[in-house]
Amino acid sequence: MTDFAEPGALLGALLPEITLLLGTLILLLVGAWGGESSSPTRRSARFALGIVGVTAVAVVFAWLRGDGFTTDDRLTGDGFRWAIDLVLLLGTAGALAIFDTEQLRTRAYQAEIPVLMLLALSGMMIISASRDLMFTYIGLELMSIAVYVLAGANRSSARSAEASIKYFLLGAFASGFLLYGIALLYGAVGDTRLSALGAATPSAMYLVGVALLLVGFAFKVGAVPFHLWTPDVYDGAPSPITAFMAACVKASAFAMLLRVMAEGIGPAIVHWHPVVWWLAAITMVVGNVVALAQPNVKRMLAYSSIAHSGYLLVAVLAYSQEAAAAVVFYLLAYTLATIGAFAVLGIVSEGRETTVTIDDLSGLWHVRPGLAVALSVCLLAFFGFPIAGGAGFFAKWYVIQAALASHTPLTVLVVVLVLASVVSAGYYLTAISAMFNRPRPSQLPMPVQTPLLSGIVMVVAVVALLVLGVFPTPASRLAAAATLRAAPLATPVAGTMTVSAPTVAATEDAGSTP
Amino acid sequence: MMLADALIVSAILFTIGVVGVLTRRNAIILFMCVELMLNAVNLSFVTFAKLHGVSGHVFVILVMTIAAAEAAVGLAIVISVFRHFGAVDLQSLKLLRR
Repeated sequence: MTDFAEPGALLGALLPEITLLLGTLILLLVGAWGGESSSPTRRSARFALGIVGVTAVAVVFAWLRGDGFTTDDRLTGDGFRWAIDLVLLLGTAGALAIFDTEQLRTRAYQAEIPVLMLLALSGMMIISASRDLMFTYIGLELMSIAVYVLAGANRSSARSAEASIKYFLLGAFASGFLLYGIALLYGAVGDTRLSALGAATPSAMYLVGVALLLVGFAFKVGAVPFHLWTPDVYDGAPSPITAFMAACVKASAFAMLLRVMAEGIGPAIVHWHPVVWWLAAITMVVGNVVALAQPNVKRMLAYSSIAHSGYLLVAVLAYSQEAAAAVVFYLLAYTLATIGAFAVLGIVSEGRETTVTIDDLSGLWHVRPGLAVALSVCLLAFFGFPIAGGAGFFAKWYVIQAALASHTPLTVLVVVLVLASVVSAGYYLTAISAMFNRPRPSQLPMPVQTPLLSGIVMVVAVVALLVLGVFPTPASRLAAAATLRAAPLATPVAGTMTVSAPTVAATEDAGSTP
Repeated sequence: MMLADALIVSAILFTIGVVGVLTRRNAIILFMCVELMLNAVNLSFVTFAKLHGVSGHVFVILVMTIAAAEAAVGLAIVISVFRHFGAVDLQSLKLLRR
């Protein structure tokens, strides 16, 4: 391991990101050029879809060729990076298609919005590639600053502005904690590379750094008690942006959390394991219970996304290769369901500024059966229902399997997970029953015809969820291969697991008995 | 000895920033407190650079660049809030509460 990489090697390792950024620069021109005749925003959204496609090809090539490593060990080309990148690209493509529909309806957005989405995406891809806390921080800020603006994308809406400033202030506050944690870890170890952090013996300063880092992470993934921004921001932001945040920002936050915990702060596992244990348990319970009381569908999905953070934290705690594969599969299923659900909501909401309530969904089956079925499949996937919920069932199944098979079986946490999922039936099934069992109120407007791009998104999401729900093996094999080929993920985890397993068992018992 | 002093000052500055964010309600003041937190961290980085070499200085430059970008975006968001609500007080923002 050398201290610095060759500039050429660095360029090679970041080739998909550079492709994306070059495309984004051209996209800025595309928005500025062009006649008055057609909407520049929609042209820019479609061009952005093309750039996402090209980047996906670059990612696949880089994965097949095994590119992406640098000699200084600051960037990694392991399968985990590329698999997460593909999930992020899928989520962004869906959000762009939903955005195109929304713009068709409202004409409220500028041509720069797709540009900002791609800039945020490049930040996320840097996060998934980085094995150095400073790189992670730069990627995180690149993502966050773009998403702060996106939350306020609708400039004529006061709700959007309010969401934007709340997200900005709390996000910047959380970044401050994260950065102080990085500074203290740097002070304790003398390096910000995860490999160096993973080989260090924890001192007092190291532990304080880990604690601050965890506070920052908990904010970013929306874990209780640091979740307070989530419902307001998800509710106030425009629907396509909410879909983007729920799918992509969450996926990249978890990629960051998993990599830093598995490769970086493993030596302090005895100290953070019980803390994260409680974080996961409280997040699952609070997210699901509060979601029961939400009549507003976007707020309900916000609390449901908090609950999903809790499920994913269980997988992070399981701390094994299987758990990493389970996280990748879970993020894929969650992204598909989120994109599908928001595509339907975008059409049902008619481009109105106020958000959809459960009452607005009543009788949807009688007027637009296709929309009702698509939304039901996505909600059942969130719930984790077998067959009809498709991949959502296996996502939870793999998480539970990994949690039970981990070195110290997380039995109590799995019981909490299952009970919390049962509670979540209360609100998912209420929405579904409103669509199918209630009559359509006459004063509700008829949903418009589904535009082509949104229709494609819905069909792809629903079909992919259902197919993966019957044949999950190819995707789960791919996820397992992605995380197994990752030599860097394998070695430090195995090393720390064997060293600290008995002590973890002790803390796990202490954490679960009261 | 100097190092410990600088670290303590940095921790105190960071705490002042955190307390400010938690107690004040004016968006501009909150924003200043966040900047104070970031600069406290910069002081830590500079101090650690004395121990660990030049990379600490490099991190400070990176953080300053990011903080400048954040300031530009943040102030623009504050202006857009002011246009809608006529105030930058967080207590007057109550559209998204149920």
